[in-house]
Amino acid sequence: MSAPNKSYDPVEVTALHPDEVARVRADALAAIDAASSLEELKQVRLAHAGDRSPLALANREIGALPPHAKADAGKRVGGARRDVSEALKRRQAELEDERDQRVLVEEAVDVTLPWDRATRGARHPLTTIAERMTDVFVSMGFEIVEGPEVEAEWFNFDALNFPPAHPAREMQDTFFVESEESGLVLRTHTSPVQIRALLGRELPVYVVCAGKTFRTDELDATHSPVFHQMEGLVVDEGITMADLRGAIGAFVTGMFGEGLRTRFRPYYFPFTEPSAEVDMECFVCRGASAEPGGEPCRTCRSEGWIELGGCGMVNPRVLVACGVDPERYSGWAFGLGVERTLMFRHGVEDMHDMVEGDVRFTRAFGMEI
Amino acid sequence: MRVPISWLREYVELPPEVTARDVARELIAAGLEVETIDELGADLTGPIVVGRVLAIEELTGFKKPIRHCQVDVGNPEPQSIVCGATNFAEGDLVVVILPGGELPGGFKIGARKTYGRMSEGMICSERELGLGDGHEGILVLPPAYGAEPGQDAVELLQMRDDVLDIAITPDRGYTASIRGVARETATAFSVPFRDPAAEPPPVQAEDSYPASVADPAACARYVLREVQGLDPAAASPIWMTRRLQKCGVRSISLAVDVTNYLMLELGQPLHAWDRGKLQGPIVVRRAESGERMETLDHVERSLDPEDILITDESGPVNIAGVMGGLTTEVDEKSTDIVIEAAHFSAESIARTARRHKLHSDSSYRFERGVDPELQRKAADAAVRLLAELGGARILPGETNLRAPVEPVTITIRADHPDKVAGMTYGRDTVVRRLRDVGCEVSGDDVLTVTPPSWRPDLRDPNDLAEEVIRLEGYENIPARAPRSVAGRGLTPGQRLRRRAGRALAAAGYAEVLAYPFVSESDGDALQLPADDPRRRALRLANPLTGDEPLLRTTLLPGLFRALARNVGRGFGDVALFEIGLVYRPKFTSSGEAVPPPPRLPVDRGPTAEELAAIEAALPDQPVRVGAVLAGEHDLPGWWGAGRPANWADAIEAARIVAGEAGVELEVAADQHAPWHPGRCAALRVGDVLIGHAGELHPRVIKAFDLPPRTCAVELELTRLEPWAARVVPAPAITTYPVATQDVALIVPESVPAAEVEAALRAGVDRHGAADLLESIRLFDLYTGEQAGEGNKSLAYTLRFRAADRTLTVEETTGARDAAVAEAADRVGAVLRGG
Repeated sequence: MSAPNKSYDPVEVTALHPDEVARVRADALAAIDAASSLEELKQVRLAHAGDRSPLALANREIGALPPHAKADAGKRVGGARRDVSEALKRRQAELEDERDQRVLVEEAVDVTLPWDRATRGARHPLTTIAERMTDVFVSMGFEIVEGPEVEAEWFNFDALNFPPAHPAREMQDTFFVESEESGLVLRTHTSPVQIRALLGRELPVYVVCAGKTFRTDELDATHSPVFHQMEGLVVDEGITMADLRGAIGAFVTGMFGEGLRTRFRPYYFPFTEPSAEVDMECFVCRGASAEPGGEPCRTCRSEGWIELGGCGMVNPRVLVACGVDPERYSGWAFGLGVERTLMFRHGVEDMHDMVEGDVRFTRAFGMEI
Repeated sequence: MRVPISWLREYVELPPEVTARDVARELIAAGLEVETIDELGADLTGPIVVGRVLAIEELTGFKKPIRHCQVDVGNPEPQSIVCGATNFAEGDLVVVILPGGELPGGFKIGARKTYGRMSEGMICSERELGLGDGHEGILVLPPAYGAEPGQDAVELLQMRDDVLDIAITPDRGYTASIRGVARETATAFSVPFRDPAAEPPPVQAEDSYPASVADPAACARYVLREVQGLDPAAASPIWMTRRLQKCGVRSISLAVDVTNYLMLELGQPLHAWDRGKLQGPIVVRRAESGERMETLDHVERSLDPEDILITDESGPVNIAGVMGGLTTEVDEKSTDIVIEAAHFSAESIARTARRHKLHSDSSYRFERGVDPELQRKAADAAVRLLAELGGARILPGETNLRAPVEPVTITIRADHPDKVAGMTYGRDTVVRRLRDVGCEVSGDDVLTVTPPSWRPDLRDPNDLAEEVIRLEGYENIPARAPRSVAGRGLTPGQRLRRRAGRALAAAGYAEVLAYPFVSESDGDALQLPADDPRRRALRLANPLTGDEPLLRTTLLPGLFRALARNVGRGFGDVALFEIGLVYRPKFTSSGEAVPPPPRLPVDRGPTAEELAAIEAALPDQPVRVGAVLAGEHDLPGWWGAGRPANWADAIEAARIVAGEAGVELEVAADQHAPWHPGRCAALRVGDVLIGHAGELHPRVIKAFDLPPRTCAVELELTRLEPWAARVVPAPAITTYPVATQDVALIVPESVPAAEVEAALRAGVDRHGAADLLESIRLFDLYTGEQAGEGNKSLAYTLRFRAADRTLTVEETTGARDAAVAEAADRVGAVLRGG
């Protein structure tokens, strides 16, 4: 290697000669272009951009040049090295792309192969629809309350204003726990939970309950001895039937969508007075099927209305039996059948499907409905 | 209650254009549950006429007797008709449908040749005409109908009529009568109502048949009237039999028909006795114990001291208000009749009807409350009809026993209905509506209301409010947006149940909701020991099926049956779960069943002690979660072999559930039915037993017909609830590097892995490095030559990490050595290769 020498003639240094730099640069670019694999390119990089490459060696000669020649030579060699470096980068990218395309193609799989390795689970649609129904009330600020399924007759009947031997008791075919004097029944409705809520909570009471209920009906397409009810109860000052209608309207909107009308028909329940049965406008045909010339509707059997459940103003006698002052407080109660709701909301045709535990039925509904 | 519109129109001035459908709609809006409208005769097409059978030619040579008849249908020439019935004779009046007519069901009649003769029409039976279920043979018109050949039979027999079928709610007993429905109809249409019971007969000084009431609480009203000389052959007139028929009541004899007819019209059950069969004065009293009688349905009944009886000197003649007895029945020879119209205790009749499973039209009405001012009118109407239609002579005198009845008056603020409905009706509307239902009303801001005698259901201000609101229209009640209340959301227990269900579903289990009814043999099938508490189940007094009278004490039998059902339907790789209650009866310390709950009053709230007494009588009803699984847990496929469901999956299901409550279960070997004694785990949190999991006992699998190696888990979710309520503290996440130490330990095969792990933890703890131990994980289990006979090798990775520094090799090695030393100490573990 030459040392700095002021008398040295730069032209004498062949490596820095413009022609030589151009030649080396051209060689490098040609080699880079010719490299056909990443491995070849690695060799080319070593040969043309490595520490011992002609351009690297030429670069070292610049230091020995007289100051007036340095800038010119530096520019020349630096430009060549930059070109080579960029060409390498470009070619590297090209070759990596080629490699990736080849390898990723080779690695392709049949993504249509089934992966049914684990069996699917699901929650029972009666569970999930009951949760959905109660949650409409929970979103209005109600709390969920519960009670036992084997219940004292006093809770199931007496406190709900079913006097002993009253024909109202015959409306609900009751399972009695042996013996007849046990005073225990399988609850025939979720209404005893109303009594428990009124006895166990501070007023006002805004609660909802869903659960199993029992009546001595043989299992057929529309009956089951074990079924589910959901009911809401409000006891507060100044509660009226207008509040009841409002709450049921909000429930119908929450479950079935906006803009559906509801209709009350006078009815009789011992624990409410006045009492009503409540219908909702069919959420499928919106009543159109009942109009002359309307398309038939399976959901409402072309009646335009769907029977939703029963409701009414809490009978003051029930409040008295719970130690609540009926002069000060009034309330409403609203209940409906969970099975029936599932049947008309989802088109379930046969009660058997809901009680047999066939996984095909349950899996169809997944985790939430 | 079946209500023919034609009968209704007799008492309601309905405009002619009002249809049955209109009536039904208005009655439904007023609270009467009209279930169906029967359009009788709507599918009949004439000509249907009265015919007189002139001549009968018996045709022979066919499989059944066939008659070729000449029938006068009012034409100059008789009609030739072939008929397969034989219950008529020459001269009888019959109903003939002529060619061109059509019978219900689209049955068109034409002239045609049959059995070798021309038949120009058909002689009809009751059923063919849609009149009723008339027995075999064709309808022969009684001479009493006074029908003429050729007369239009559709009109004669009032074949066209619309009949409403109304389901009576228990509070509206008065609508179990034409009178009651007519009143509601008149109010609904705002048209005049004519009360068939409006004018009671003049009071008579003399008594009729002698009677006394021993128990006025049982019988507040008792009226008897008598007739003599009834023509036993007198038939009920056509209008009466047809109305009975339309209401679903069979015509029997004039005397019986009259009592039924008036019961339907007025709502007052009546009874008719053959005067000659009664012996001595009548006494209304309760039964004596041991007393028996045979009722009209030919059943010998043993009577309860609470039953109300009508007795004479011979003993019981009627179960009052429910059914008559055989000995005094009116028969085809009876000429002297005693008519009874009474008012019996509704509660007592209800109990008697239920006790004897004897529900009659009469008991139905008494249970729902009969108008206590109706008896004299009804008895009078009955004797008048018997006189008019049967030639009987009404005997003077009337037995009329009355117990004083406290009149009901209700005080109600005039704006009370407004406050119930949430809208303003105003005093005038309230008073008008209360008068519409028959109340007497006086007062201004505060009204004094006396309900009518036929409305025993009206007792409270809210009862009156309902009358006003329903008559003003429920559809007019406004809706008020729900007020917002401050709810606290779900309880920890409620959230846990939902989370457990979701987690099991996510893990591949499908939820079932099995019936809680189980069989007595389930205890044996589950291999439960004789003294297992799960054998002590509540028993239903009236189970649906005799072989499942018990209430479940475990969820497993229901899950087993659902599993077997799925397997039977071709789903052998299946995992199911259920979340539900089990019912565990309570016992006293001496093993007796706890006493029944007290029957508390309802005129005040219960005391804390009274409530506690009820709760003490109820069985424990904890929430449980159970799961069963069988077949392949991981299915085989193109990826390779499958993996059968095993005991570990069942334990894992338990861990999943416990994980939702935020706790780790401690697993220990146990022997507990119905599990395999060598493959059963008891699952605990601390000292609290949560449940069991594992593979089922092979005998249980056989007994329930389950796939081999079926596994199951059952946990008491209620016992996990306290943990679910806990607030989880956040862990400190450190970014210092982890240091791992692997150890392989050889232990006797009988040593449970859980004990080895516990020993390793205890060793680290004793070394003072518990804070540094991030995790212990078993990564290999080996049994074989290198572990030695009767031994196994357990390989663990211990991960150490400090919160504040990088651990040194000395620190982690020291902790590892302490762990191994403790394992050596506790379970005789030997470091493999050490």
